[in-house]
Amino acid sequence: MSAIRADFPILERVHRDAPLVYLDNAATTQKPVAVIDAIADYYRLHNANVHRAAYVLAEEATTLMEDARTACQAFIGARERAEIVFTRGTTEAINLVANGLSSVCEPGDEILLTELEHHSNIVPWQMLAERSGAVIRAVKVRADGELDLEDFYAKLTDKTRIFACNHVSNALGTVNPAAELVQAARDAGAITVVDGAQAVLHKHVDVAALDCDFYAFSGHKMYGPTGIGVLYGKLDRLEALPPWQGGGEMIETVTLSGSTYQRPPYKFEAGTPHIAGAIGLGAAVSYLNDISRDELVAAENELVAKTLSQLRQIPGFRLVGEPAERSAVISFLIDGAHPQDVGTLLDQQGVAVRTGHHCAMPLMQALGIPGTVRASFSLYNNAEDADRLVRAVDKATTFL
Amino acid sequence: MTVDELKETFGFFDDWEDKYRFVIDMGKDLPDMPDADKLEDNLVRGCQSQVWLTHSLGDDGKLSLHIDSDAFIVRGLISIVLAALDGKTPEEILGYDVEALFDELELLTHLSPTRGNGLRAMVARIRQIAEAESV
Repeated sequence: MSAIRADFPILERVHRDAPLVYLDNAATTQKPVAVIDAIADYYRLHNANVHRAAYVLAEEATTLMEDARTACQAFIGARERAEIVFTRGTTEAINLVANGLSSVCEPGDEILLTELEHHSNIVPWQMLAERSGAVIRAVKVRADGELDLEDFYAKLTDKTRIFACNHVSNALGTVNPAAELVQAARDAGAITVVDGAQAVLHKHVDVAALDCDFYAFSGHKMYGPTGIGVLYGKLDRLEALPPWQGGGEMIETVTLSGSTYQRPPYKFEAGTPHIAGAIGLGAAVSYLNDISRDELVAAENELVAKTLSQLRQIPGFRLVGEPAERSAVISFLIDGAHPQDVGTLLDQQGVAVRTGHHCAMPLMQALGIPGTVRASFSLYNNAEDADRLVRAVDKATTFL
Repeated sequence: MTVDELKETFGFFDDWEDKYRFVIDMGKDLPDMPDADKLEDNLVRGCQSQVWLTHSLGDDGKLSLHIDSDAFIVRGLISIVLAALDGKTPEEILGYDVEALFDELELLTHLSPTRGNGLRAMVARIRQIAEAESV
């Protein structure tokens, strides 16, 4: 654990005479030296535009970026490199799919979501529904933060064209039974889209085994840089999907009377890509491959469980969501206090957590709460972080 | 409590704990706005907490402000804003530098746009009201 902490320079930062406790990892994770160096080295040593020049720098830049694609392919178990489309992140990946699926939906068709979704897996589908006349339906969430599977099977019908859900909930940490949901949705004839933003760091994702049509994740939530992410799509699905942005890189030939497009993934990567970001993401994948991720994830789960049992001892502590399988997130309230009050008091004690609706307003409405305080862990968080959180929450309750 | 009394009191605080206990206590003492006034039109939406604001202009030309929030610390900060601006003429309100006051009390971070607590938007709304009423 101390070894991995040394890889993240920002963890040495001191705030109010103590190391900063960073527990907002579900929002974004910190970056290891390997990633920071990969980005800096690219700009220092290899910077050139990719895919279209026959000189050494361009070849190096292209190789570095395409190696990153290969690393991402292996990371999520995709069968083909061409199934890895670089996007700005999960949000852009879902928007890309939702834009491309416009012709799939007719008036009265249904798009099935869940109440657990982040806004990024709701709003693009609402926009598609507005364009196409399709109807949005959402699987109910139970009070314990689990999806209501009975409701899922009731709402999954032959009208369901698209089923989109998250793998792990950003707000509660619920690990959803993605394989079961995807299988059932496929059997019902729906196109399946999984938001993996909160899953990829903490779980081994195998998209081929999951058998979903699309899977999206962000680099910055798994130690990579911001502004880069991946849309995985089954090759036949990507082939069938129309391009959504036009420009350089994505075309084969252009005449003023028309153009022909590249094959995936380039069909979806118009313009100069975020080369440095892709290389940084590739470095993050290599980093995760090099550390003992299984052990660290096991240690993280243990730390979260232990922290939770200590927090439960604090009078007024109310856990939000008690899923059977929890990933790296503790969402809670303090009786009688607004989440923001708690967040401010934790900030004063050098503990960084997130408060609010976590971009999941429908979930908060379903649970009947204004928001929560969310402590989210990563592989570098240690017992001292957990202890500081527990003490800070304990102290905060004496103010309220 | 007047602004001068606030400044004097804040001068005695040794650490963040004393200060925030005081702010929270002020927040608890702030009179509640009747639910009937907590209308969409009176809402200043923050990303995290919400603020409601109503006002009336008296015959003496002074503005009465009524403000409430769902978070204690924001309510305490509202008390400070009220100490500075409530019962003042629109011209006095427009001439008052709320940021300078929060800076002096070392609470300026709460007015930062990233806080999402609606406080910054509330101060802007009060200035809009003062501008409209001063015409």
